[in-house]
Amino acid sequence: MKVLYFAWLRERIGQPFDEVETQAVTVADLVAELAAREPRYAAAFADMSAVRVALDQELSDLEAPLAGVSEVAFFPPMTGG
Amino acid sequence: MRAGRVDIGALVSFSGLVRDLDGSLNSMTLEHYPGMTEKALQAIADQAMERWELQDVLIIHRFGRLQPGAQIMMVAAASAHRASAFQAADFMMDFLKSRAPFWKKEDAGGAVSWVDARVEDEDAMGRWSKG
Repeated sequence: MKVLYFAWLRERIGQPFDEVETQAVTVADLVAELAAREPRYAAAFADMSAVRVALDQELSDLEAPLAGVSEVAFFPPMTGG
Repeated sequence: MRAGRVDIGALVSFSGLVRDLDGSLNSMTLEHYPGMTEKALQAIADQAMERWELQDVLIIHRFGRLQPGAQIMMVAAASAHRASAFQAADFMMDFLKSRAPFWKKEDAGGAVSWVDARVEDEDAMGRWSKG
């Protein structure tokens, strides 16, 4: 699946997306896998209260299952308007 | 929105501008999530049309680098009567603030920083929950 990062998550990780092969069942499982990769990922996901997630471009949450999902996006709380 | 029709009695628009209260802001840059942005804005417009008697709504949101004073976004709601138009515009603004995938970054006083989400903006969403 494609995993996208926006705003300061993109900056901390140092790239806008990853192509990920994963057996993660939920979003939280995927976060744990990514955070274990390298310190820059661990830094980005250190405070999950400051991270929002979208699954296939719909807002979701950490407990959501990843079955059938092709695009996951992580980003801080939105500040548009 | 008004072209070719005369059934609109009230047209409310709101414009958000890049604010610089103390002269320290060089620019503001908006990042967004292409694909999700279009879906989120359409969903906000659809919800407004569903909840109020409206003839039409409009949402425009810019991204990229903007100078102080520049327009960031605008919403407009057209209705037969003013109450629906005001409420729908207010509703669309609250949803844009915390449900549309935009992120603001400020370049001010030589430092670049992401704008924090305001708790008030999330709380404002509660005004629209259907009881």
